[in-house]
Amino acid sequence: MINKEVTIIDYGVGNLLSVRRGLEYNNASVSVTGDPEQILNSDRLVLPGVGAFANGMNELIKRDFVSLLSEIALKGTPILGICLGMQFLLDKSEEFGSTDGLGLIPGTVQAIPSMAQDGQKLKIPHIGWSNLIKPKEQNISWSGSILEGANESDALYFVHSFMAQPNNPDHLLAGCLYGGNFIPAVIQSENIMGCQFHPEKSGKVGLKMLSNFLEM
Amino acid sequence: MKHKKVRLISRLDIKGPNLIKGIHLEGLRVIGDPQEYAKKYYAQGADELIYIDIVASLYGRSKLPEIVSRTVEEVFVPLTVGGGIRNLDDVTELLRAGADKVAINTAAVQRPQLINEVSRKFGSQCMVLSIEAKKQSNDSWEVYTDSGREKTGIDAIDWAKEGVIQGAGEILLTSIDAEGTRKGFDIELIKSITQAVNIPVIASGGMGEQAHLEDAIELGDADAIAMADILHYERSSIPMIRDAAKKAGINVRDHD
Repeated sequence: MINKEVTIIDYGVGNLLSVRRGLEYNNASVSVTGDPEQILNSDRLVLPGVGAFANGMNELIKRDFVSLLSEIALKGTPILGICLGMQFLLDKSEEFGSTDGLGLIPGTVQAIPSMAQDGQKLKIPHIGWSNLIKPKEQNISWSGSILEGANESDALYFVHSFMAQPNNPDHLLAGCLYGGNFIPAVIQSENIMGCQFHPEKSGKVGLKMLSNFLEM
Repeated sequence: MKHKKVRLISRLDIKGPNLIKGIHLEGLRVIGDPQEYAKKYYAQGADELIYIDIVASLYGRSKLPEIVSRTVEEVFVPLTVGGGIRNLDDVTELLRAGADKVAINTAAVQRPQLINEVSRKFGSQCMVLSIEAKKQSNDSWEVYTDSGREKTGIDAIDWAKEGVIQGAGEILLTSIDAEGTRKGFDIELIKSITQAVNIPVIASGGMGEQAHLEDAIELGDADAIAMADILHYERSSIPMIRDAAKKAGINVRDHD
């Protein structure tokens, strides 16, 4: 029997129920908790998040989760940041001034370009289903990642105004195009990974990614 | 070329525990258990679901949180929930139950600041401004509240612009004239609103056949289409509508 224990970090914001249901659908045994001891000893962690970056970081700081998460990251525990949770993984965000993130993957959170490649004005936030694409420059494999089994024609549900741009191109697994602009969709540095879309809201394809995470 | 996929949304109007459907938001008829229909539309590949409790703003308490928390056990696409939302506590309750966005009409008209409060606390992506509009003249529509029962004297285009300023992330635009008639969307209304704002607009009311969708997108520039009785009465299905949209050159999500 494969161990599918997973902890969703509860820091007082957002809809945690949907992520929970998505994991449970994949037969995971899910805890939702803000207890540092339980978070530290978990086999896998999901860091969810919606809303504003600074707000969310404040909640993490208030609960002393910043150093806790660094410690856990070093242990090798798989951590999946979803949406704003993905953005937290980087060094800092440019949303409303500059705010420090968790610094687990080098990079910066930036505003989505508001202009399409053809000069048209884009609607922000980017809300809706976008296809995954592989980054052009390097030969990235999806096997063994949460994207195992996914295809470039698969669409996932995005809702965001900012995007998590890693410094190292090797940390960028997949993106999507919005108005022809490349937007990071999945990033990973060893046991630390993040997705900008909501796997728990992306139908079968998203559920498969949660299942992949539970195999890690 | 459109920059994003047009979303095909199932709209489920709720009264008490039941899925219902009316004409011009009146003359309600019970269709069945919303959970069963939500599951069916999810399996068929609906891009999103919308639940609107259409009598909640009249009677206060609704069964929505209960229906929502049951739905998200089996439905893994975004869920927008509206009807009777008065304050931040109501929003919190629905989000905790598993809703991704809330749609607010009556309370936002009474106190536009609520839009700002919701969007500041939960993000603008969460705040859907629901506008129910009735035609006054060729290029003017009046906002109604309480599921099409109360006139407000407010111009729909002005109100949409004000909603954006207050922080709405999306507009659910229901034409009271077209709603339930199966005669097609009020294209002029959709066009007027999409030209006035730079946030996504969901066109709702009047979808009677697949060709109507093409009009709302090509002529009205809608970002998403909400469908109700065309699906409830199985006059068409999401796979059929998706195929027809693709054939018409509209960018929609693939679903197997």
